[in-house]
Amino acid sequence: MSTPTVIEVRNVFKSFKTVQAVRGIDLTIGAGQFVAILGPNGAGKTTLVEMIEGIQQPDEGEIFIMGKTWKGNDNYLRNIIGLSLQETHFIDKLSVWETLRLFASFFKIGAARCEEVLKLVALEEKRKAFVVNLSGGQRQRLALGIALINKPKILLLDEPTTGLDPNARREIWEILRSLKDETKTSLILTTHYMEEAEQLCDYIVIIDQGKILKQGTITDLLGEIQDLPVKPAETRKITLDDLFTSLTGRHLND
Amino acid sequence: MIERISNSQLFQLILANIKELIREPGVLFWGIVFPILMSLGLGVAFTKKKDVITQVAVIGENHLVHQAADSLSLIFTFLLQNKAILEHDREGKLARKLTVPDDKLGNTTFIFKSLDWKEAMVLLKRGNLNIVMDEKGGAVQYHFDPMNPDAQLTYLKLSRLLNVAGTVVKATNTEISPLTVSGTRYIDFLVPGLIAMGVMMSCMWGVSYAIIERRSKKLLRRMVATPMKRSNFFLALITVRILMNFVEAGLLFLAAWLAFGITVQGSVPALLALFISGNFAFAGIAILLSSHTSKTEVGNGLINALSMPMMVLSGVFFSYHNFPEWSIPVIQKFPLTMMADGIRSVMIEGAGFAEIGMSVVILSVSGLVLFIVGMRLFRWH
Ligand SMILES: Nc1ncnc2c1ncn2[C@@H]1O[C@H](COP(=O)(O)OP(=O)(O)OP(=O)(O)O)[C@@H](O)[C@H]1O
Ligand SMILES: [Mg+2]
Repeated sequence: MSTPTVIEVRNVFKSFKTVQAVRGIDLTIGAGQFVAILGPNGAGKTTLVEMIEGIQQPDEGEIFIMGKTWKGNDNYLRNIIGLSLQETHFIDKLSVWETLRLFASFFKIGAARCEEVLKLVALEEKRKAFVVNLSGGQRQRLALGIALINKPKILLLDEPTTGLDPNARREIWEILRSLKDETKTSLILTTHYMEEAEQLCDYIVIIDQGKILKQGTITDLLGEIQDLPVKPAETRKITLDDLFTSLTGRHLND
Repeated sequence: MIERISNSQLFQLILANIKELIREPGVLFWGIVFPILMSLGLGVAFTKKKDVITQVAVIGENHLVHQAADSLSLIFTFLLQNKAILEHDREGKLARKLTVPDDKLGNTTFIFKSLDWKEAMVLLKRGNLNIVMDEKGGAVQYHFDPMNPDAQLTYLKLSRLLNVAGTVVKATNTEISPLTVSGTRYIDFLVPGLIAMGVMMSCMWGVSYAIIERRSKKLLRRMVATPMKRSNFFLALITVRILMNFVEAGLLFLAAWLAFGITVQGSVPALLALFISGNFAFAGIAILLSSHTSKTEVGNGLINALSMPMMVLSGVFFSYHNFPEWSIPVIQKFPLTMMADGIRSVMIEGAGFAEIGMSVVILSVSGLVLFIVGMRLFRWH
């Protein structure tokens, strides 16, 4: 691919007291690419993404974003990255609008952009609602809106649709698809829904137990299944779950 | 210009903190209404003289209704001369009521109940009365527990009244001149203590707990994943808290001024300086306290472990000079003691910078040091 590299992860390791969460990951992501990091619970997705976000530091290895490491470039990188964490609660008794204004101010951004974002994530009607009174889907859309407020070059979303019903999930996918059509933003999202990865992303990284099992475009990955010993039942469509099962002997959502 | 201010981080952070604060109804109650109620309640209880009703058991009916002409009852004579009203109480027992007016110590109403010894003992044990009167050999006898100060007081009052028998009792207390000069009443002692305690509690819960809760909700982690300046975060939190504390203390003072006429005898600038330095000290403590933990239960425990002892020891409600001699120099070094004593000396004793300057310096410097240490240890995740 000839697109310029925006994120480069080189041989990164990270351990907690007794757990090796990430065990030697290499990853290169190009501009405008939508990448899904797919893996079961505890695979190390959050740890990996938070190291890219500069929230956690790797024990070993290096991470470059737009060619820069986090050290000494904090302010620059914070301004070009948008993110949502796996679980964040905002301030309960602030309204949607007030929350957007607050986060916008951190980027020295004014009310006009907040209006745009409000429309983008379809929360105009909830403008005055307190965060505490939002539904799960609305809250995820608010988190997404906050991630988009600075028109980020790089967007990192940690499980943006976990716990949502299919409708609410599709609403988020719509927002992200329109983003792909209209901007040059690169996206990394983590998920354990293969459907999400298939629908939304053009590059998929499957990780398990802190290591990359397979990566490639969706056609690459599905093509490989044909060569694998474990074949899915013929009546069923071949999915990434089959690939995962054949690689590990387990199901993705176990 | 307005746009620039309203877009600024610090402004938005301050605004968010204010909104969060005033939208929490508990804050209004515990921060403002409760201290005022407490000062009014305690102030009234300890400042205003109140009328006392004392029940006295008199053994035998004849002392209340004189039937036996042969034996002259001293108690009956006394009651009759003073026109004590004869009535039946709720249980149908005979009683005589005598009110001794006293504009200085408060009126005392004695209810003399005619009971037999057994009944008297039951009521004594229940605490309904504390003295039992009887007459033997032409002398009035008083039965009471000498260790009970209330009983002693009743005895002194009664025996004094009965000794001047023959005249109609009136409070003859011209020798008493009540000290109601402002500054010596309990309310004058209490209000400065409550103001200081309010600042402590407000910082502990409003700063410490707020930080710990935000950390546990991963909001801190989310906020530092933006270009937000960390100093603005603290500045906003502390500024809003100090503003809030000014409002709280101001309203408490206003209420106490309206209800009891408390005043500031000393230097107002010194008082303000002390108030602000106390806020610094407690804000510093609050930041340090909340620098590490992300468990609200731990935060709860830490806050209580720190504030409870100070509340008891630092002389908010009663003077710490009741504690053992050796502990007093220690107690005086607590920030709450320093603040409460300082406010008290400005408000009551008319002190100024000369007297409390040292406290201002110590509180401010320790606040700053604790703040810096807290920032060093501070975990955003
Ligand atoms: N702060 C931490 N302290 C200790 N262990 C941790 C910490 N964070 C993660 N781990 C461990 O590291 C491993 C990877 O965790 P991680 O959160 O990255 O997984 P994940 O793929 O995001 O899982 P999920 O799908 O459940 O979000 C897990 O075993 C987890 O228990
Ligand atoms: Mg995760």
